[in-house]
Amino acid sequence: MEGLRLVAKGAEADLWLDSDWNGVRVLIKRRGLKEYRVPELDAEIRRSRTSRTAREASVIHRAKEAGVPTPLIYQVDLEAATIVMEYVEGERVREMVDVLGDDERRELFRLIGRTAGRMHGAGIIHGDLTTSNMIRSGGRVVFIDFGLGEVSWEVESRGVDLNLMYRMLTSTHYGHTAELFKVFREGYEEGLGPEAGEALTRMEEIGRRGRYLERE
Amino acid sequence: MDRLVCLGIESTADNLGVGVAASDGTILANEITTHVPEEGGIHPREAARHHASHMGEVIGKALKAAGLRGKDLDFIAFSQGPGLGPCLRTGATAARALASYLGVPLVGVNHCVAHIEIGRLATGAGDPLTLYVSGGNTIITGFEGGLYRVFGETLDIAVGNCFDSFAREAGLPYPGGPAIEEMAKKGGRLIPLPYVVKGMDLSFSGLLTAVTQEFRSSRWKLEDICYSLQEVAYSMLGEVTERALAHTRKPEVLAKASYVPIGYATDNGAMIAWTGMLAYLSGVRTPVETSFIDSRWRLDEVEVPWRG
Repeated sequence: MEGLRLVAKGAEADLWLDSDWNGVRVLIKRRGLKEYRVPELDAEIRRSRTSRTAREASVIHRAKEAGVPTPLIYQVDLEAATIVMEYVEGERVREMVDVLGDDERRELFRLIGRTAGRMHGAGIIHGDLTTSNMIRSGGRVVFIDFGLGEVSWEVESRGVDLNLMYRMLTSTHYGHTAELFKVFREGYEEGLGPEAGEALTRMEEIGRRGRYLERE
Repeated sequence: MDRLVCLGIESTADNLGVGVAASDGTILANEITTHVPEEGGIHPREAARHHASHMGEVIGKALKAAGLRGKDLDFIAFSQGPGLGPCLRTGATAARALASYLGVPLVGVNHCVAHIEIGRLATGAGDPLTLYVSGGNTIITGFEGGLYRVFGETLDIAVGNCFDSFAREAGLPYPGGPAIEEMAKKGGRLIPLPYVVKGMDLSFSGLLTAVTQEFRSSRWKLEDICYSLQEVAYSMLGEVTERALAHTRKPEVLAKASYVPIGYATDNGAMIAWTGMLAYLSGVRTPVETSFIDSRWRLDEVEVPWRG
């Protein structure tokens, strides 16, 4: 494709940069066909009205209204499983964790916690809340990749989201798990308010739940 | 250094396995006997009784296959967890007895780590991302910073548990996986079922409930239900594995049960013997006083000094 540059191949989608799409610099996200899925299921997941492509666009719209930084959506093409969105300048948080100094890293995770709390307060569940899906851009953290997102105010859904974040801190950022979760938690409590405690408690329950069911 | 040999006992669930491994990476024996329930799934106590009554015979077979005698063994390895308590205790008791009779050390091995290590040995994969699925486990793991880190796992029941439970509901034989796969070959219509992935985690309990309801509704052919259950579950596993690969940037995937040779993919004694060997060579010993089984021993709590 002319003028397009492949900037990332994610698990689910390819990301193309178009520096002049009707005069703006955009990211084109295209969910590709997965051979390991049967065609009906693949179409349901990528191209239907309840597909991740459709869901991502609507959840991002909702997040914007709630003041959660997300990319702007310019166009959605369900048939082509494609979204045209704002190209966010910045660095992915996943790569920043080991680069930043202690204070800066803690501030960043406090901000991430606050943003996540505000997002949950607006009834949005991210569905893949990890540092791979956050971009530090200026003084903000922009949340991306809402394909597994949903609208819910349930404690359970919030707990699952938090559990993803916690697992990320233990499996990938294992050098800073306790320190970063502490500030994340503080930020989350600021962002969500009194409901935060219940969600955090549920997260701990979920963490214990699936592990080797007691079957004796 | 002289070549060391050890005997490993695996008894976490319905398989009783006894393997013999040597320090040069050869597997000298891998004997397995399986408890087949008369109906339904595994009953832990009955499986344990089966293991106890076959223990002597399987150990004898393994030694014979390896061309060794008890006194040739340098130490005894056993599966210390996770798994079903009564089954684990049977293997642990036999291992303690054998070690003390022979006057050799004991090495407790984590069952999940053993699956990964035998997979690495069998395939030659150096640093794989491993998808480990069985009746009791659904885990995506890779080695990072001294431990096998869990990147994703089930939030409720294991995929094997989901298949086994549905098979029992539908009157199909145990284990459910192969029986459902056989039925699925004759199906081809996709029934809408919940597809639940949360990042790199998965959930199968909603799928089990839904597929059970669809079965009870009598609206669909069992072949189509099996086909749909299988396609949805496998797609979920494929997706989270792909996400974990993108996330960890590991160069290869090790999928238990499909790419690892079957004798080493099922629960077996060779994997315990081999992992015990790796641990032993790194100085790991399990004194009898602390050789309690741990039916919930987590993969990401296990020290892995041989990969340091």
